[in-house]
Order: sequence, then C-alpha cells, then structure tokens
Amino acid sequence: MTETILDHPIIPDFGDNPPPPSPAMGSPVRVPEPAPERLAVSTPPGRRKMAFIASKGNLDMAYPVLIMANAALGEGIETHIFFTFWGFDLVTERTMDDLKFTMLGNTAMHLPAAPGMPLWSGMGAIPGMTKLATKMMHKQLDDLEIPSVREMLDIIVAAGGHLWGCKMSFDMNGLEMDDLYEGVEDVISAADFIVLSEGAQVIFV
Amino acid sequence: MPTTMIDGRPIKVNDEGFLTSYNQWDEPLGAALAGLIGMQLTDEHWAVLRFLRSDYLERNETATLRRVSKVGGFDMKRLFELFPTKPAKKMAWLAGLPKPKGCV
Repeated sequence: MTETILDHPIIPDFGDNPPPPSPAMGSPVRVPEPAPERLAVSTPPGRRKMAFIASKGNLDMAYPVLIMANAALGEGIETHIFFTFWGFDLVTERTMDDLKFTMLGNTAMHLPAAPGMPLWSGMGAIPGMTKLATKMMHKQLDDLEIPSVREMLDIIVAAGGHLWGCKMSFDMNGLEMDDLYEGVEDVISAADFIVLSEGAQVIFV
Repeated sequence: MPTTMIDGRPIKVNDEGFLTSYNQWDEPLGAALAGLIGMQLTDEHWAVLRFLRSDYLERNETATLRRVSKVGGFDMKRLFELFPTKPAKKMAWLAGLPKPKGCV
C-alpha cells in the first residue's frame, strides 16, 4: 500500500476561533437581560458554557462536580459551579477538608477492590463505619493521585472557573463570607443563578 | 495514520493531528507547529514543553495539566495564559506528544 503524504498539516481543534453563532434568519434581535454587575463574566460569542449545581456534601459526591468542572475548563469552556444545600459544605472552611463517605443508603455499595462482593449498605450504621469508609476512600484517592477537595477547587479557580454560593444555604447555615473558601466569588440567589446560567449546559449533581 | 508535511518534513500524526512518533519531534518542529496556530514560543513556553518531553520519556504518558503544575512547578493560571483555551491539549500537541489521557 502506498502511503500518501498530506501536503497540509492537521491541526487539532483548540477552540481558538469559534464560529460566530449564525443569526436566525428574519428573527428579531433579542437583547438578553443584562446580568447583575457582580455576575458579569465576559463570554466571547459562540463559546461553550457549563454550569454545575453541587447539591451534595458527601466526599464521594464532591468529586463528580469537581472533576467535570476541571475537565470543562481544560477544554476551554466557561465554567460555573453553584454550591447549594449540602453542596455548600464543599466551600465552607469548617467542613471542606473533612467531608465524609458513608455506606448508608448507597445501594451500589461494594468493595472497590472486589466488585463481585456485595456489602449491605446498612452496615454503614455500625459506629465507626463512616470513619473507616472515609479513610479507605481517601487512601484510594491518594493512590490515584487525585487532589483533595481544596486542591481541586484551587485548580478550578486558577483555571478561571467561577464559584458561587447559594444565598439560602448560606443563610440557613448562619454563615459569614469569612466562613467560606476564598475562591467563592459571591453568594447569590437562585434567580441570580438562573440569569447567570443563560446559554449554559446545566448539570445537577 | 496520516503523514503530513510540517516544516518541509513528512511527519506521522494521528487523525486529530497529534504526532505519533516521539523522535520525529525536535525544537525547530515545535516552533513550526506553534507558527501554524499563530503562536510565538518564548522561553517560558519552552520550559513547559521541555518538561512535558522529559516527563513523557520517564512515564510514557503525557502529563496532565495538574501534573505539569504540581510536578513541573508551573503556575496553573500562567499555563492558561501561555497556552490559552485548551492548554493541556495545546501544549501536548506543540511538544509532539499524544493528548493527555488523565482526568485530573
């Protein structure tokens, strides 16, 4: 088989020159509601945007959000995370370094090293089990060199990700801004988040 | 796997354009690749690319962005400035390496 040599290089899609959005023919030009001043994040037209809602405060449920948000940033996507309800623990100083993993209520529970061996999730009710399960999960995360929650957030902020706290959770927990992880840009209402996530792919975790 | 002409040389790449042969890359080729995407490489860029090259040689795996930052000692924010938009992929491509596979 003769090998053909392309006379032009192949350049991966680095997303540097997104195509301008095609204006719908004949439709009136709509001016989107301007976001409140403090939420203003300039987005070049056509750039993909994702907004994650982090609603869980368990150690194992922190990672799906953090890893996906980090991956999105690496793909050049404008990325927001809205921390609400228990998810607020991920950005609260007194809880973020001490998130727990519990077997309780997790019907998919099995030993990671022995997936064939089912574990009754109710065993999680045994005193000390959550501590043990959390310790085991930390070890696995360390073995895979997965950063801590705090370091993941540091990376996300350094990569240009935007972190927002939920006003209601903030009030329910009786928190002050000083109680929050420093990367949180602001505490905003549900309505603010809806405005901010316009045009974004929204992922609820 | 296509072969393409880059800087007057036949270079083996995959369908996305990432080089498939570690030894076909040298620094002039890296500079030529940068030229193709309108980049001019500075010493700062080169320091990152050299780290990626040597790290790959050690581990046979392209460093993820976090590894470049943590092990290579480069500031994450700066990496996004140096290689805007998709830094991990961009720096791997410029360094003639496969795109990184790791999630973090």
